Amino acid sequence: MDFLNAIVALSNFVLIPAIAYGSQLALGALGVTLIYGILRFSNFAHGDTMAFGAMIAVMVTWWFQSMGLNFGPLPTALLALPFAILGTMVLVLITDRMVYKFYREQKAKPVILVIVSMGVMFIMNGLVRFIIGPNDQKFADGERFIISVRDFKAMTGLKEGLAIKTTQGITVVVAVICVALLFWFLNRTRTGKSMRAYSDNEDLALLSGINPERVVMYTWLIVAALATTAGVLYGLDKSFKPFVYFQLLLPIFASAIVGGLGSPVGAIAGGFVIAFSEVTITYAWKKVLVYLMPESLEPDGLVQLLSTDYKFAVSFVILIVVLLFKPTGLFKGKSV
Amino acid sequence: MKKLLLATAAGALLAGAASAEEIKLGVIMGFTGPIESLTPAMAAGGELAMKEVSESGKLLGGSTVVPVRGDSTCVDAGAATAAAERLITSDGVKGIVGADCSGVTGAILSNVAMPNGVVMISPSATSPALSNAEDNGVFFRTSPSDARQGQVMADVLMEKGFKSAAITYTNNDYGKGLADSIAAAFKEKGGEVTAVTAHEDGKADYSAEVGALASAGGDILIVAGYVDQGGPGIIRAALDTGAFDTFALPDGMIGAALEANFGDEIEGSVGTVPGGEATNTDMIVKMIMSDSYDSSGPYIGESYDAAALIMLAMQAAGSSDPQVYKDKVMDVANAPGEKINTGELAKGLEILAAGGEIDYVGATAVELIGGGEAAGGYREIVIEGGKITTAQFR
Repeated sequence: MDFLNAIVALSNFVLIPAIAYGSQLALGALGVTLIYGILRFSNFAHGDTMAFGAMIAVMVTWWFQSMGLNFGPLPTALLALPFAILGTMVLVLITDRMVYKFYREQKAKPVILVIVSMGVMFIMNGLVRFIIGPNDQKFADGERFIISVRDFKAMTGLKEGLAIKTTQGITVVVAVICVALLFWFLNRTRTGKSMRAYSDNEDLALLSGINPERVVMYTWLIVAALATTAGVLYGLDKSFKPFVYFQLLLPIFASAIVGGLGSPVGAIAGGFVIAFSEVTITYAWKKVLVYLMPESLEPDGLVQLLSTDYKFAVSFVILIVVLLFKPTGLFKGKSV
Repeated sequence: MKKLLLATAAGALLAGAASAEEIKLGVIMGFTGPIESLTPAMAAGGELAMKEVSESGKLLGGSTVVPVRGDSTCVDAGAATAAAERLITSDGVKGIVGADCSGVTGAILSNVAMPNGVVMISPSATSPALSNAEDNGVFFRTSPSDARQGQVMADVLMEKGFKSAAITYTNNDYGKGLADSIAAAFKEKGGEVTAVTAHEDGKADYSAEVGALASAGGDILIVAGYVDQGGPGIIRAALDTGAFDTFALPDGMIGAALEANFGDEIEGSVGTVPGGEATNTDMIVKMIMSDSYDSSGPYIGESYDAAALIMLAMQAAGSSDPQVYKDKVMDVANAPGEKINTGELAKGLEILAAGGEIDYVGATAVELIGGGEAAGGYREIVIEGGKITTAQFR
């Protein structure tokens, strides 16, 4: 019984939150890694692209709610997601035409493009705050839990409770669907193959008649869809606040780099590595250990390696370790 | 500004009276900064007392009192110190009503008020650290220290039968001071504090913080945070993961947003808010009512009382010299003597002029204890049927 309690407590506070958070990071990191692989620069505006997409989803959700439209037990935001993706696609295409295209034609060095993307980041950041304001916005609705703590305890009779939020379930399901679609697209379709070819060797791809502007456009469209989905899922699961997306940039980049920049599989693996490290290192293990250890060995302290304030420091440390010992990342991406 | 002009005009009219002087009092509050929406009403409360005294013409043979405002910014100690320096050296104020926030109040006290020997009465600085600050007897406050709130909270928890508690606080002077005082008081009464951890405001997700607190365990979670900031995030995460279902909420967490966010989900949670049964700020609020600012905020009565105490102490000492009247502040605030309520300052001045004694009650039932801080009444609240209800006064 104690063993079961330990597993339930671990799932409730570590596994489930880390899996949901990992899925959100993975989706974000996929976007970053695609841009890096195909357009060859680190897109610092990615966090704010997520914020922009989530903002449109929030506003469309409110509009639907005001019309009384809902999605039954699922959050209305899922209905709003396609509209948000369209809106974000328009935004990134406009940005590309107005800003990045100019530098692409100049054959600007990647480091210049990174700085340019920072400029874009500040503009988007301001745009989002200007439209929706800097505060927390609530837009989650529908059923809150798949299993609530109370139900779980009643069902199993265990001392520990387990809660799975609807948003956590949706996050994982949507992430799996997105990833499957993305890999199908990259490996099976003509456009996807031309994107990979362009990523592997730009000159060869040009020689074989691939239109670079088309590849770039498709990349932006996919990135917009991924960023918006990641942003909406994160907002649903946690809460929507523009500044938070800016802070997410660090773990997202850490995920992409740990996995290997330019490698989609790596981005997913990196997302989960970062999420699990952040959660397990800052978790206080006392509760789990008390169930598992014999009474004489029970810990007095919290058995917490680092205070939760150091969450972001964990991403940094992993990033540095990976860059020192395996600069191409776990899955052989491009070296930074 | 209008008040200032009025007071100045009144001062000009009375200038002819024999031996009467024009006494300047500083009003240092955060007119810009994080509590800028609260300070206009607080300052108006203090200035109302000055106007009342000036109009009575009974202070020190017809002296008038003129307020001079300074901006404490609430957060920038440098700016606050400079503002106080200006009031004392160039305007020559004889006393200061303020400052408002704990951090800047400590800075002004040690850098300006104490070296210059000017009396300072803060209406709203509640940090326990100020109780032991070196002040040469010039610093008082009409608000209670959070050390007191810690004891009240510990009493409430003990009476409700909570034997162990985890504490999380917002990571600043207010949160830390309050959390420490609650933890100390609770332990002293035999309770067990399983964990004391900080949380940062403005994060999207507090499940990691709550995970650590859940691991520590406890009958109840004490959230010493802000109701518009990280506090609700902590409560939400704790409810979602089933870590805690009752909460103890100090003053910063009590607000209408709490009912709106959680309703009966936090049924049975308890809280404490400053404010005794006898609190009477209605009259002041009515007098300072204005369209240009919100007069429903806290600490308006305390500001009125702070100004009133300075002027009554001057009268009792027969001098507007801070070094002389500073010893009289405690005398006029506490028993024995005739009780003086809001709007009765003239009566108090008369009694003091005749050599009698007064016990100033004012808007917030002022009773100064220890090094000169309000004993402070607290309202114990409980969440019942999804509403914040008053259980009793302490």
